[in-house]
Amino acid sequence: MSTAELIVPPTRTQDAGPAEIARKCLYYMCQMREVEDRIERKLYRQGKIVGGVYVGRGQEAVSVGTAVLAAPEDVLFPSHRDMAALLIRGVTPGQVFAQYMGRVGGVTRGKDGNMHMGDLKLNIVSIISAMAASVPVAAGAALALRYQAKNHIVFCYFGDGATSRGDWHEGLNFAAVQKLPVVYICNNNQYAYSTPVARQMSCANVADRGPAYGIPVEIVDGNDVLAVHEAGRRAVEHARAGKGPYLLECKTFRMTGHSAHDAADYVPKHLWDEWAKLDPITRLEARMRDQGWATEAELDALHARIRGEVDEAVAWAEKSPYPDPATLLEDVYEAW
Amino acid sequence: MPTTYLEAIREGLWEEMERDANVFLIGEDIATYGGAFKVTAGFVEKFGEMRVVDTPISESAIVGASIGASLMGLRAVAEMQFSDFITCGFDQIVNFAAKCRYRWNAPVPMVVRAPSGGGIHGGPFHSQNPEMWFVRTPGLKVVTPATAYDAKGLIKSAIRDNDPVLFFEHKGLYRRIKEDLPPEPYTVPIGKARIAREGRDLSIITYGAMVWVALEAAGKLAEEAIEVEVVDLRTLLPLDRKTVCESAKKTSKVLLLHEDTRTGGMAGELAATLTETVWDDLDGPIVRVTAPDTPVPFSPPLEEAFLPNAEKVIEKARWLFRY
Repeated sequence: MSTAELIVPPTRTQDAGPAEIARKCLYYMCQMREVEDRIERKLYRQGKIVGGVYVGRGQEAVSVGTAVLAAPEDVLFPSHRDMAALLIRGVTPGQVFAQYMGRVGGVTRGKDGNMHMGDLKLNIVSIISAMAASVPVAAGAALALRYQAKNHIVFCYFGDGATSRGDWHEGLNFAAVQKLPVVYICNNNQYAYSTPVARQMSCANVADRGPAYGIPVEIVDGNDVLAVHEAGRRAVEHARAGKGPYLLECKTFRMTGHSAHDAADYVPKHLWDEWAKLDPITRLEARMRDQGWATEAELDALHARIRGEVDEAVAWAEKSPYPDPATLLEDVYEAW
Repeated sequence: MPTTYLEAIREGLWEEMERDANVFLIGEDIATYGGAFKVTAGFVEKFGEMRVVDTPISESAIVGASIGASLMGLRAVAEMQFSDFITCGFDQIVNFAAKCRYRWNAPVPMVVRAPSGGGIHGGPFHSQNPEMWFVRTPGLKVVTPATAYDAKGLIKSAIRDNDPVLFFEHKGLYRRIKEDLPPEPYTVPIGKARIAREGRDLSIITYGAMVWVALEAAGKLAEEAIEVEVVDLRTLLPLDRKTVCESAKKTSKVLLLHEDTRTGGMAGELAATLTETVWDDLDGPIVRVTAPDTPVPFSPPLEEAFLPNAEKVIEKARWLFRY
């Protein structure tokens, strides 16, 4: 597949100017939106997807605004609504589609599905289904980076619901005690499956939990990618300077159900309407037009280009074979 | 000078840390204090705080951090203060560590050391044998040494292994058994049982502290001209089915012994394996001597009644011999 040349190189935006940052962020937000729309609204309905579908529609700014700050050697722990973190790292849309279709070309070769994608060569660690299980693991990765005297950091993503789990608290506490270089990025999308934040916790913000662990926090408009990027830059500088972990809470909204089968009738209609006006892609495009960072024609061309890339990626994934049942017993151990 | 089981584990850890700078220890009270059982006393002075990491009381964080560090190329050796507390890190072990290689080809070369076993009047939360919670989890390896020689050789192999290994060290053996160890470095392979005593009449298949119970019983049965073979499994996962079946074929009678409770214990898996593989060679039913299906009780008379011992083994073995 030739998507490698179509993708913006995975360099970080730490020192880029605002127009360049905006263009890069827009590309990945649109790519994530297109890939996930294709999965949830087309391939799933066509019966081509195996198993569940969990997307981050409406909250693309969270993973994009932060993951573009990562150096290639930084280690990313994306949550199941952070598709862009994978794409920015170099996982191709074709691999993602193949993953969702249970094909050999998927990141896990058919051994696992949906957003359970990891690749040590790309410094991405796969989530498991138990929420927040990655949080202590992220601390361990940071422990190793520090021991190896590398000035790299860990980006650990999760949703608001994950912060109810004991693993989250154990992981944050340990990282804080050890002053480990971890940036925690919470996509507070207001719902954990069907349960609203107020039924998850009695504090107003996930960030309110940070001071209990001695961790500095920041709350940011999670639907403003440039604001996320700015706050993310502060978090990254803090962690990279050896000052310990930093918790960034991005307020956003899950503009879909928990998964493709969930109509999310439990969400009041006015919330859909209010958050639809705050769509992060629409907002960034308006800003780019206003600032003269992009013309309407350029934006149209970007969308067309991404649609083309995604068409090509779907076709590639559909040609990828299903795994041979003979591989069932492989890779349980190094040698069996 | 003989080396205790505890000292053997300690030597194994020490040698591997000297040999490979990627090996590090993590757990509760393991650095300054040297661990609840003093297995790691003196380590922080030699290897420093970066390689001997004291943690909060957070078993999930201990195991999770071990996984994360191991994914990044280190070799973590985590200590559970008592194996009973491994439950608090259960999800990290069975869902995260065990499945990484299968799911996304990510090796987790991690060891979880877990002091297990009864006979020390520790009560329900300091005496359990939780190995079977993990033996049925593909992707893990489970090691249960019975001797000082094997404890040292197996901890070294566990550290060098590229898959997650649970190392159940029986705390009743820590200072109770000792033997002369070779002065030169050695390892013991994971996945290989050993014949602890040769015999022709009956096989006792066991592991951990019960190897010593089996040997005691075998010694007494020899006085009655019953020659017992004792198979020490050493590793429960992957299971050395070949050695187990060969011994059963040789003696035609099998007694399965473990300190763990009965239902869902290792004996069930062994009995099924023997039935599938060497049924035609058996001259009697496969019998079990195990702890009963209760929590581990605290008071000495209760715990004594709970634990298998040589008398219980001898009684069953005599019955099976005459069958």
